[in-house]
Amino acid sequence: MSIELGHFALVLAFAIALLSALGGLTLWRRGERLAAVLSQAAILQFVLVALAFLAVVHAFVVSDFSLALAANHSHSLKPLIFKISGVWGNHEGSMLLWVLILVMFGALVAAFSRELPSDLTNLVLGTQSLLTAAFAGFTLFTSNPFARLSPAPLEGGDLNPVLQDIGLAIHPPLLYAGYVGFSICFSFAIAALISGRIDQAWARWVRPWTMLSWTFLTLGIAMGSYWAYYELGWGGWWFWDPVENASFMPWLAGTALLHSALVMEKRNALKIWTIFLAIITFSLSLLGTFLVRSGILTSVHTFASDPTRGLVILTMLAILIGGAFLLFAIRSPALRQGGLFAPISREGALILNNLFLATAVGAVLVGTLYPLLLDALTGTTISVGAPFFNFTFGALMAPLLLVLPFGPLLAWKRADLVAAGQRLMGFAALAVFLAILISALAGNSISLVPVGLLLGFWVTFGAIAELIERSRIGRIPLAESLRRLAGLPRSIWSTAIGHMGMGLTVLGIVSVSAWETELVTTLNPGETAELSGYVIAFDSFEQIPGANYVADAGRFTVTSPNGDLATLIPERRTYVASGMPTTEAAIQTYGLSQLYLQLGESLDDTHVIRVWHKPYILLIWIGALVMSGAGILSLSDRRVRFGVPQTSRRTKLEASR
Amino acid sequence: MTMPTSARRGLTRKQKRLATIAGLALVLAIATALVLVGLRDQIVFFYAPSDVVAREIAPGQAIRLGGLVKEGSWTRDGQENLFTITDGGHEIVAQYAGILPDLFREGQGVVAEGSLGADGRFEASNVLAKHDENYIPKEVVEALKAQGEWRPEEAVQ
Repeated sequence: MSIELGHFALVLAFAIALLSALGGLTLWRRGERLAAVLSQAAILQFVLVALAFLAVVHAFVVSDFSLALAANHSHSLKPLIFKISGVWGNHEGSMLLWVLILVMFGALVAAFSRELPSDLTNLVLGTQSLLTAAFAGFTLFTSNPFARLSPAPLEGGDLNPVLQDIGLAIHPPLLYAGYVGFSICFSFAIAALISGRIDQAWARWVRPWTMLSWTFLTLGIAMGSYWAYYELGWGGWWFWDPVENASFMPWLAGTALLHSALVMEKRNALKIWTIFLAIITFSLSLLGTFLVRSGILTSVHTFASDPTRGLVILTMLAILIGGAFLLFAIRSPALRQGGLFAPISREGALILNNLFLATAVGAVLVGTLYPLLLDALTGTTISVGAPFFNFTFGALMAPLLLVLPFGPLLAWKRADLVAAGQRLMGFAALAVFLAILISALAGNSISLVPVGLLLGFWVTFGAIAELIERSRIGRIPLAESLRRLAGLPRSIWSTAIGHMGMGLTVLGIVSVSAWETELVTTLNPGETAELSGYVIAFDSFEQIPGANYVADAGRFTVTSPNGDLATLIPERRTYVASGMPTTEAAIQTYGLSQLYLQLGESLDDTHVIRVWHKPYILLIWIGALVMSGAGILSLSDRRVRFGVPQTSRRTKLEASR
Repeated sequence: MTMPTSARRGLTRKQKRLATIAGLALVLAIATALVLVGLRDQIVFFYAPSDVVAREIAPGQAIRLGGLVKEGSWTRDGQENLFTITDGGHEIVAQYAGILPDLFREGQGVVAEGSLGADGRFEASNVLAKHDENYIPKEVVEALKAQGEWRPEEAVQ
């Protein structure tokens, strides 16, 4: 019964979204009363979709296998957390989660939009409802999660074992919150294009939403990367696989959007570009979610693909994205540019940031789609793998990282590059020294390693240059400096912390790429192997029963170079319901480094093991966490409030033009 | 900043704008060149065993070799694996040191990355098999269809 209610709730939400979209986009000039209605409708959509979602979750939790979705993707023996996360471990359920987050953001806008001009509210909620109608409609008509089975099977078909992991509970919701959050920026951009009203206040409304989505996306990608790292058992943390690229492109574009919205908010410049980026970012998010699902691109991470729906998805994307760009082409020439500045200025630095990020998006996009294009045009099958992306992306990121520390030190409008350079001199010297020292100590001959280290340290230290500069550390008493530090605006702190996180990630990537060691060998219980000073002793081999699987497990004692003992138990599991095998690697953390142990299939009592030592690999994800922390800090700034802009009289005048 | 140094105080707005556009165009040109060079040098072609024979692929060239793992061909000695990749037309023996993916099975689709050795054996540096029991790489399906060996009812059991 609850399933039918859920189905009905989703149909109702779809109808309301359709009406809101029509009303909002045609009658947007009607003012406050329409805004009040649309806000109520947005909140109602959220409540209804939440009900629909809960109905499906309930069916999974109580193992109601008359629901086809639960029968295909759940199993009564699964632990509760995996029953719940199993809801979005498939195409239909993940679509429902996508729509749920979409309407949640719509409701958030409605709740925080009291200070927005009513015509902007109408257009934003109208566009958001249009998206909701499109995707709720798609879910209802082509991927209905509420289909029933009769007779109901006694037992479910189980969830893909690789997905029976805490990662599935965390990663997709975070990633989707990031993807879908950019829909708000998209709706604001469409609203600006339709109403022809775009000013600093607009940027001030859009920036917190961008920051929020970007923070979610950063966390989602980092979480996904760590999940793939420990679950897939290949020991890699990034494969430049189409799905990864699809999530990475909106992140790059979103990062650019964050910075360009800043220029627009502070200096009223880069308006058209910011609008363009807002549309691009969400378009890439859509591409990210659906290109892979359409079955056109195949990937190791795809679990919810269904090629039969490919054409519908592509048509929908073409209409939404194409329509947005058509609107952009027609309306953007009417927007007025403002805010003059010299090339060497904060604005100039941010443009450079945008330029490099946007070209990087282009390079990744070309690399991802080129095989498709070549296949379609010539029938030649190729793969564009890590070498291409490392080469082009690395070459584009290096100059960006090189100029990054200068940005926050440059003044708006016109800046003194030499003065900024002098202030960074000490940090540059420190970065060069550390890069040379570490490279020399490690005795590395790969020529790019010192460059990578240099960039990593340079960005990390350069990020704190502004903090040190502003607090005058070393030039005034320490207590006074600390007081100044505490009093700095949070935006300064979040810029410094965000950039520092970037530096840490770069350092982690360089370290792992340069100094990772790997050993593949056959080992029997009682024997030992050694890798990078770690002694790995194979103690015993046993069978361990799990909740819904049986595991062949090896018990290893690892002695670290300084004598610490640790027990590692890598497993090979066979899941009872599906008979599918999975590999569970064992990972031991030493400071920021990790030892990664994988057990191969056993044959006549000999066992193949594969061991990696990954120096400072945790820096990669710690850097991402630090970046997300900077995002949260920035959102907590009193001066940045959702929809509560403090417009100066001048911008108000401009806005009313 | 890599902006041209000509953008100084004395310049007009138009000249400044031109200088900025020139700078942007330069970066874009460099990026395009990077992508083109990358696409020329860094891509890997996918071949089925029949293609390898027909095109006389040189030893040492990095390729992806795809097909079915021939029934009864997989032997293991410690971490050294030997198996035969076939597309129904021709077959090539591949060797791989390490742990094969969980779903590596005889009779199933496989894609191996690596290059041909001087002895005609394929030395795989990486073996891909997706984490889905019914999965056969799209390229392999195409290659099998080309050889008339595509029997979907067997692949999806």
